[in-house]
Amino acid sequence: MSTAKGKITPWARLGLGALPFLLLILVYAVGSHIRRAANPTDKLLPSLDTMAKAFWRMATQPDQRSGDLLLWSDTALSLARLGSGILISASIAVGVGVLIGYLPKARAMLAPFVAAMSLIPPITILPILFIVFGLGELSKVMLIVVGTAPIMTRSLAQAVMDIPDEQIIKAETLGANGLQMVIRVVLPQIWPKLFTAIRLGLVPAWIFLISAEAIASTGGLGYRIFLVRRYLAMDVILPYVAWITLLAYTLDRIFYLLSRRLFRWAHLEGESL
Amino acid sequence: MSFVEVNDVAVSYDSFPVLQHVNLEVVEGAFVTIVGASGCGKSTFLRLLLSQEEPTAGSIRIAGVHLPPRPTPDRGIVFQRYSVFPHLTVTDNLILPLEFEHSAAFGRVFEPARQKLREEVEAILQRIGLADARDRYPAQLSGGMQQRLAIAQALLKKPRLLLLDEPFGALDPGIRRDMHDLLLGLWQETGMTIFMVTHDIAEAFKLGSRLIVFDKMRHDPSNPAAIGATITYDLPLRRLNTLGDDFARTSVSAAATLDESVSILSNDALKTPGVEQ
Repeated sequence: MSTAKGKITPWARLGLGALPFLLLILVYAVGSHIRRAANPTDKLLPSLDTMAKAFWRMATQPDQRSGDLLLWSDTALSLARLGSGILISASIAVGVGVLIGYLPKARAMLAPFVAAMSLIPPITILPILFIVFGLGELSKVMLIVVGTAPIMTRSLAQAVMDIPDEQIIKAETLGANGLQMVIRVVLPQIWPKLFTAIRLGLVPAWIFLISAEAIASTGGLGYRIFLVRRYLAMDVILPYVAWITLLAYTLDRIFYLLSRRLFRWAHLEGESL
Repeated sequence: MSFVEVNDVAVSYDSFPVLQHVNLEVVEGAFVTIVGASGCGKSTFLRLLLSQEEPTAGSIRIAGVHLPPRPTPDRGIVFQRYSVFPHLTVTDNLILPLEFEHSAAFGRVFEPARQKLREEVEAILQRIGLADARDRYPAQLSGGMQQRLAIAQALLKKPRLLLLDEPFGALDPGIRRDMHDLLLGLWQETGMTIFMVTHDIAEAFKLGSRLIVFDKMRHDPSNPAAIGATITYDLPLRRLNTLGDDFARTSVSAAATLDESVSILSNDALKTPGVEQ
């Protein structure tokens, strides 16, 4: 819903949106300054300058041991894991979601199972995944799948069920067979919901990714921040956290804008976040 | 022989009767309008004709054949809402039935064959006045435009029977009149049989060649749900439409009886105690 009290110019919107961020940075800078005034070697709140240098070092100077540019190799590793996990989850969600939403018998069989699966705290499965799939990539990807597929499946099943009966009936009177119905009436209408489900699934997906990398990994964004934690390297951890946040935000925006571009019909009414 | 034969049909939900002893014979080409109080089963009756529901008892035959278990293309339907596909533009909504026909596996026809289908629906776009809106999505259309699209879409398979479930219920009076003209024109052009459920008695008289009223035969004040509804009035309004029918003249003769009939109906059938007005 767009509320009424006056319109906002684009510049005002940008300024107002930036304000809380600027405030946070200001508060940090002041806090950091006070601590460093008392103890110049303080490591807990490094100066913005120190963090920028550390981040730059991670991004441009090859690691002495591996020769990699750590920021980029970590990012590539993490995004590959995240992407594989979300891709598998999305495929499961569409397949099983359409079955549950469209076929009452499949719903009777699968809906309680998916509901139960979605209630398992995924982290509790992590040891099992490590035992079954080893400490390699597969267990990390599987953790993301276990953590996101059930809820994404449920939201897509609901999206299918939300398609009014009238449309299914109408399509039948227009001569559609079962497969045509799924391909032309059901699937196109749940694609925007899939994009929403992916955007919502990415939130827990990041948590599971970082967790899995923190526990058993040899690279990745989560691995790095938990590694440098041993040296109290806040100058690396804080920029990494900001970088992860920026990545998450960018991914979310990409899926939002893609959805608007690809499924214009679904974004015609009302504002959306 | 009658085109639609309804034989002692009953419908009940969880042993509560909704319809009882419904008998009806309708000749081909009739425009049957159906009125009745809310919850009297008139929409249920329409769903029976569509095979969206099955009667608990009795039988329905169309053109001498028992109804199949699911909706089929020989019976078109227009609902009050959700009749068109929101994810398809006006043109694509009209092409869809043709695509179902041409592409058995996926129901999708790609360019350049698609261009030919677009040309096929061009005349329809003009006829329903949506040529300028061809690339819009339903959400970008007014209510009247959406229903015009829904009717045109329902007619693409050339159904012998067109079912309308309060198709104009959500439209403004002015728009409604335009829709009446469109519908009557299409009825005359095609010679199809129409069943239309409406809340608007004047609309029922204006459009129908025959008007039927659904109501309960008697009311049990202590247990209003115990008795199902049936056809309580069956009024022929004007002679059957055939192609080239003198429509204006028959309309006038129908209008002469309209006041009288409306008073009968509004005094009696539709004002029943214990039933929502």
